Amino acid sequence: MPFLALANIKKSFGQTQVVHDFNMAIEKGEFISFLGPSGCGKTTILRMIAGFEQPSGGTIHIAGQDQTRLKPNQRNIGMVFQAYALFPNMTVFENVAFGLKVAGMPKAEIEKRVKEMLKLIHLEHLADRYPYQMSGGQQQRVALARALAPKPQVLLLDEPLSALDAKIRVSLREEIRQIQRQLGITTVFVTHDQEEALSISDRIVVMNAGRADQIGTPSDIYNRPTTRFVASFVGTLNIIEATIVDPAAGTVMIGDQTIALRESIADKTGGETISLALRPEAGSLSESAKGDTALTGKVVSANFLGSVVRTRIAVGKNTVSFDMFNSPDLIMPAPDEVVTLRFSAGDLLVIRD
Amino acid sequence: MKMTKFFAWFAIAVGVTYFFVPLAGTFEFSLRMRRGEYSLDAYGSVFSDVQFQQTFGFSMLMALLTIVFGMLLVVPTAYWVRLRLPQMRPFVEFVTLMPLVIPAIVIVFGYLRLYNSASYIPFTGSLLGTNILLVMSYITLSLPYMYRSVDTAMRTIDVRTLTEAAEILGAKWPTIMFRCIFPNVMSGVLSGAFITFAIVIGEFTMAALLNRPAFGPYLQLVGANKAYEPSALAIIAFAITWLSMGLIQLVSRFGKLTQSRP
Amino acid sequence: MSTASSSFIDRRTIIDWLGIAPFLIFALMFLIVPTLYLVSGAFFNAQGQFTFQNIADLFTPTIMSAYWISIKVSLASSLGGALIGFFLAWAIVLGGLPSWIRSGLLTFSGVASNFAGVPLAFAFIATLGRTGLVTVLMRDWFGFNLYSTGFNLLSFLGLTITYMFFQIPLMVLILTPALDGLKKEWREASEILGASNWQYWRMIGLPILWPSLLGTSLLLFANAFGAIATAYALTGASLNIVPILLYAQIRGDVLHNPNLGYALALGMIVITGLSNVLYIWLRMRAERWQK
Repeated sequence: MPFLALANIKKSFGQTQVVHDFNMAIEKGEFISFLGPSGCGKTTILRMIAGFEQPSGGTIHIAGQDQTRLKPNQRNIGMVFQAYALFPNMTVFENVAFGLKVAGMPKAEIEKRVKEMLKLIHLEHLADRYPYQMSGGQQQRVALARALAPKPQVLLLDEPLSALDAKIRVSLREEIRQIQRQLGITTVFVTHDQEEALSISDRIVVMNAGRADQIGTPSDIYNRPTTRFVASFVGTLNIIEATIVDPAAGTVMIGDQTIALRESIADKTGGETISLALRPEAGSLSESAKGDTALTGKVVSANFLGSVVRTRIAVGKNTVSFDMFNSPDLIMPAPDEVVTLRFSAGDLLVIRD
Repeated sequence: MKMTKFFAWFAIAVGVTYFFVPLAGTFEFSLRMRRGEYSLDAYGSVFSDVQFQQTFGFSMLMALLTIVFGMLLVVPTAYWVRLRLPQMRPFVEFVTLMPLVIPAIVIVFGYLRLYNSASYIPFTGSLLGTNILLVMSYITLSLPYMYRSVDTAMRTIDVRTLTEAAEILGAKWPTIMFRCIFPNVMSGVLSGAFITFAIVIGEFTMAALLNRPAFGPYLQLVGANKAYEPSALAIIAFAITWLSMGLIQLVSRFGKLTQSRP
Repeated sequence: MSTASSSFIDRRTIIDWLGIAPFLIFALMFLIVPTLYLVSGAFFNAQGQFTFQNIADLFTPTIMSAYWISIKVSLASSLGGALIGFFLAWAIVLGGLPSWIRSGLLTFSGVASNFAGVPLAFAFIATLGRTGLVTVLMRDWFGFNLYSTGFNLLSFLGLTITYMFFQIPLMVLILTPALDGLKKEWREASEILGASNWQYWRMIGLPILWPSLLGTSLLLFANAFGAIATAYALTGASLNIVPILLYAQIRGDVLHNPNLGYALALGMIVITGLSNVLYIWLRMRAERWQK
C-alpha cells in the first residue's frame, strides 16, 4: 500500500478537462516532483491533494485513509506557496506557531516546537521580525517552517522557489532537500524548472496537457525520455530526422550519411522516417574521442557560453547542436568549416510516440 | 461555500432595500401632487419657478469658478510637491485632508468673524467680496477630493521625466504646465471637477451663512414651505449627482485607455 | 567657490518654496487662520481679556445635551455604516456574486455617498415622514402605525437612519479595495494549517483590515458630526444638535455671548480632533507590521 495514492483522478473546469485519469503511487518519505509547462495540470493536482479543489472523479488516499472529500483544514497537510503567503500581521514566531495555536496546543509546547523549527531553518535570531523586514529567501524558509511545524503527513511545495533570485534558489532547494531527508517527510514539489526537478527529486512526473508523460528517476527522465515531449522539455535535446535503410541491421540515413543504431528498430519498415534524440553533451570533435559513430557537417555557428562552447552544425536538413567544455587552448570552430562529430551509437535514442 | 453565497445575497438584499426604498418613496411622493392620480405637476412647478432657475444658475456659476480656480491652485501645487518638495508631501496631504475633519460650519464661522466689514480684509463688506469668499470656501471643501484625484493621476505619469524632456526641448514654465502637465493629468482633473460639482451644487451651510442666493438654501426654503416640490427636487438632485459620477467613470475609463499605451 | 555654490542652493531653495507659496497662503487664509481665530477667541471675553469662562459656560444642560446627541448620532451612524458597509463590501468581493452586482453597487455607492444635504432629508421625509411611502404602506397593508411606536424621523433614530444613507456607501467605496488586497494565499495557508473560517477572520483577515476599517469609521464620524444641512432640512431648528445650535448662534446670537459661540466651535474641533488622534494612535499600533 503506497503512502499517498492518487487513483483515476480527473478534473474539469466547466468544459475544459485539465487532468485526465491521473494515477500515481508515492511511497513514504519520497520526494516527488511534478514537472511541466504552465497549464499542464501539475498545480491542479497539488491543489486537489491539499483539498482546495475537488476532483471531478477518482480518489486520494493518504496512509490508507480516503481524503477525497475532506476539507483542507481536516487533512493535516503542510503547504508552501509560490508567493510566500506569510501572514503579514504576525511575526516569524507567530507565523510558525499559527498551525499549532489553532490546533489548541498548550503555550509551552508551542514555544518549544517553534524554537525547534526556527533552529531547523537557522532563523532563531529573527523570531520577532515581521515578514516585510525579511528577504524573499528568508520568508520562504519561514513558510517552510510554518508548514512543517504541525508535523504534517505530506508536504506540498507549489513552485516555492520561482519568486527568488537565481543564487538563493539553488541554496534554498538544497536546504529543502536536506530538511526533507532529515524529517523523512513525503513531499510533492511542483515546478516548471527542469534543473530544479532533476537536482532534488527521488522521482519526477513529467506532465503534459493533463497527463503524466513519464514517471521515473531523474536519470531515467534525462537519459531515457520515452516521448518527444519529455525529450524536448527536459534538457536541450537535438531531434534528428532519419530515414530507415535496413530495420534488421538497424541502419538509418541522415542526409547522405548512413549510420548504425544500437537500439533495435526491427519493428519498423525500410524507408520510414523516424526521429532520433541526441544530447548536446554527447558529441565531441576531438579525433581521439571514443565513439563508434560519426556525422560530418558544416559549422553554422559557434557560441561562447562561458563554461561551454555551443556549436551548431548542419547535417542534411538537420541542425545538430553540441557542447564542448571550455579550456584556454580550445580552438573555436569557424563558420562553414567542415567538421566531424563523434559520439557513441548508444547515445542516439529512438523517439517513439 | 453555500452559506457564504447565501449571506452575500442576503447582505446585497438588505443594502438594495435600504437604498431603493427611500428613492422609490421619494419618486412616488413627487408624483402625488394632483389629487387621485400620478402626474409630473411637481416637476413642472419646480422648473417654472424663477427662483429655481436663478439659484441653480448661481450655484452652477459658483461650481464652475470653484473648479477653475481650485485646479489652478491644486495642479501646480501637486506638481511642485512631486517634483521639487517631496519632503513636504506629508504636510501638504495633511492640510488637504483637514477640511474632512474641521466641520464646514466651523470654517465659515471663522470667515464671518475674520473677514467682516470691519476687518483688514473685509470680504463680506461687498457683494463681490462675499462671492469670492464663497468660492474660496468651496475650494476648501473640495480640496481633499481635488488634491487626491490630481495626485493619483500624477503618480501614473512620470512627472519628473516629462518635465526634463520638455526642458531639454526648450519649453518655458507656462508651456510645461499647460501643454505637458495639465493634459496628462486631465482624467484626474476631470474626476476632481465632477466630484467638486456634485458637492458644490447643493451645498447649504456656506451659502446660507454667507447669505448668498444659492441652490442649497433655496432647497431648504422649498422644503419648509411646500409639500410635493421637495421630492421632485430630491429626485432632480439625485439625477445630477448620478450624472456627475457617471461622467467620472467615463473619464477614468477614457484615462485608462489613453494611459495603457505609454 | 563655496560662496557661489551656497548662494545657488539658497536661490534654488527660495524658488522651491515659492512654488507652493500660493497653496500655503490659501491654506493659511481660508483654513488655518480662521480656525485658529475661533480657537483663540474661545479663551477671551467680549472685553478682550483672557478667560476660561466660555469653556465653563459650555457645561450647561442645553449645550451638553446638544453635544451628547451629536456624538450619539455620529457614533451610531458611523458604526452602523461601518458594519453594514463592511458586509456589503465583503459580499461583492468575497461572496462569489456575479460581477455586475459588484460594478453596480460600486457605481451606486459613488452616487449615494455624495447624495447628502438637503435633498437627502427630502427623500427620507417622503419615505418615513408622517405621510411618507413606507409609513403609509405599513398603515394600509399591515394596519401598523409607525408613529404610534414613538418613532420620529426628527429624532436620534431617524437622524441615524438618514445619515447611514451616505455613511454606508462611503464605507463600501473605501473598504472594497482593502478587501481586494487580502491575498487568496493567506486564506489557503490558514486553511491548510487547520484554521476554521472564523479563525482566519479573527487572526488574519480582520487584523489586516483593521487600519482601513478604523480610518473609515473615523471619517464617517467626523462626516456625521459636522453635517448640518440634512438635519436642518429635516427638523428645522427643533433638534438640539451642536451644528444646528452653532448655526442658530451664528445667525442670531441665541447664546447671548458671541465668544461662547467660539467655545462651541472649539468643542467641535476638539471632538473631531480627538477622534483623529485616537485614530492615528490606534493605526500606529495596528500597523506595526507594515512598512
